Amino acid sequence: MAEELTDKQKIEIAKWFLINSPPGEIKFVAKDIRSVLKDDNAYETAASESFPLYNKSHLICLQLPDRSGDVLVTSFSEIDQNEYLDPRTAQVVKVDHVKQVCTEMRPANDEELPSAYIEEYRCALDAESIKYISEAYPKGFSSVYCVSGKDVEEPGSDFELVIVISAARHSPQNFCNGSWRSIWNIEFKDDLQMVEVSGRMQVGAHYFEEGNVQLDAKHECKDSTILQVTIRDNMSWLSSQLASLSPQLSPDDCAISLINIIRHHETEYLASLQASYSNLPDTTFKDLRRKLPVTRTLFPWHNTMQFSLTRDITRELGIGK
Amino acid sequence: MEAAMGLMRRIPPKLTETALSALLSLLPDHSSDLLSQVDQPLQVLCDVECGKEFILCEYNRDADSYRSPWSNKYHPPLEDGLHPSADLRKLEIEANDVFAIYRDQYYEGGISSVYMWEDENEGFVGCFLIKKDGSKSGHGRRGNLQEGAWDAIHVIEVGPEEEGIAHYCLTSTVMLSMTTKDESSGTFNLSGSIRRQMSMDLSVAEGHLCNMGRMIEELEGKLRNSLDQVYFGKTKEMVCTLRPPSELLQMRLPDSRDV
Repeated sequence: MAEELTDKQKIEIAKWFLINSPPGEIKFVAKDIRSVLKDDNAYETAASESFPLYNKSHLICLQLPDRSGDVLVTSFSEIDQNEYLDPRTAQVVKVDHVKQVCTEMRPANDEELPSAYIEEYRCALDAESIKYISEAYPKGFSSVYCVSGKDVEEPGSDFELVIVISAARHSPQNFCNGSWRSIWNIEFKDDLQMVEVSGRMQVGAHYFEEGNVQLDAKHECKDSTILQVTIRDNMSWLSSQLASLSPQLSPDDCAISLINIIRHHETEYLASLQASYSNLPDTTFKDLRRKLPVTRTLFPWHNTMQFSLTRDITRELGIGK
Repeated sequence: MEAAMGLMRRIPPKLTETALSALLSLLPDHSSDLLSQVDQPLQVLCDVECGKEFILCEYNRDADSYRSPWSNKYHPPLEDGLHPSADLRKLEIEANDVFAIYRDQYYEGGISSVYMWEDENEGFVGCFLIKKDGSKSGHGRRGNLQEGAWDAIHVIEVGPEEEGIAHYCLTSTVMLSMTTKDESSGTFNLSGSIRRQMSMDLSVAEGHLCNMGRMIEELEGKLRNSLDQVYFGKTKEMVCTLRPPSELLQMRLPDSRDV
């Protein structure tokens, strides 16, 4: 018989279950683990440590306390464990992680917000991402944060923005939940006049009617674009004239080209997910078990004597391991 | 116990083993219930006598040793380990031979083991196990899978024969995980487990093995089919709900460019 667990061990086990909950299911897992633990103190400790981690890694979307919009819980917008910045409304919300609600909101301080120069880029990207999200994700939400160089005031320095996209579908009554999460880091490199884009996309789905089947798909990609206006080669005289002026893309143009890059990669990724699904029946899944035997007819159970010969052959060939 | 089963229904199938051992340590009083209701990935040992691998489960275990279906001996050796009666052992040997061919025809590789034992009501029970590593480093013929595991457990209870008819009750479980991985599309993993039951009254004229085999073949086929069509299908549907495919958008684009 196993030895009695220490409180610490119980808490660790509960945390493991909570953090590994599928998309949208941590509250159901919490209810079950609480009744398995039969120790409310251990449960409370585990919940208070796990919910914030889960909420941030799942990029959950919460309604603002005044119901005027939504806010994402992410590590990029975290001011302290319970306070998250919503750059779109320039508000800071207080989050009750275990209840998964916003309780209060206040205007952000100046030092919590980026400079006017950065805000121009951030805001333009936010506006473009809203357009893109409304086209591509029926129930998606995005937010753009400045993660480095937020106090840069003019051209000449590097800075970095992050676009976070989160789309979730919870339909427990149909035994199905899922989420799409993308995080796009966008580094503005002033000396190279380049923008480097790197994305991480993660898609999860869980179907659990009389069973438990889960999809877990991840992909990373990189891309870049230049900050300057590009000029076609056939206008070389004009282009050399213009290049000497080195006009930098406006924040709006920049946002359009960045969202195009993101749209392109996300569309390609969706296509590759669909390809993975359509490869299942005839190639991938076949490597686990065929739909029909190699003979393409059901196994002749009524006539297994015929195998006495086959058996000897397979033995000799060493196939019948 | 209900809450524990609730957790097992939600935890990612890849983490089943860890989840089960965590639950066993939290609920030591329910250990036998947990072990009988939660299936875990099958383990394999090598029969030192004939150099063939066999599958471990609760049904060939005695103390800390497991009986090999090939040599009928316990590993590690056990003085007075349980063995099936001589008649049942004969059927067990035949079942192992035939099931290995069945396995090879459907799986093109893998390992199988069949165990039989008498039950208390004059019938017997057979446990048919298959384990397949379908990864490209394992037995994956097409080399598409970075990782691919299939475990099938079929437990079939056979009632005593009455007027040439016997009652068969089969419980089948399939657990699987498959991962593809490449530069352009990242990692794609589907994993899961489902369990179904089937009961039949059949004439024993053609023998028990024939009846058991047909039922197993039918139910295993159904499980594979519903994983493929229903369960994977539902997760695909979910992906398309989250981000609908852009076929419509792409069809519209050329038009708008022409204008």
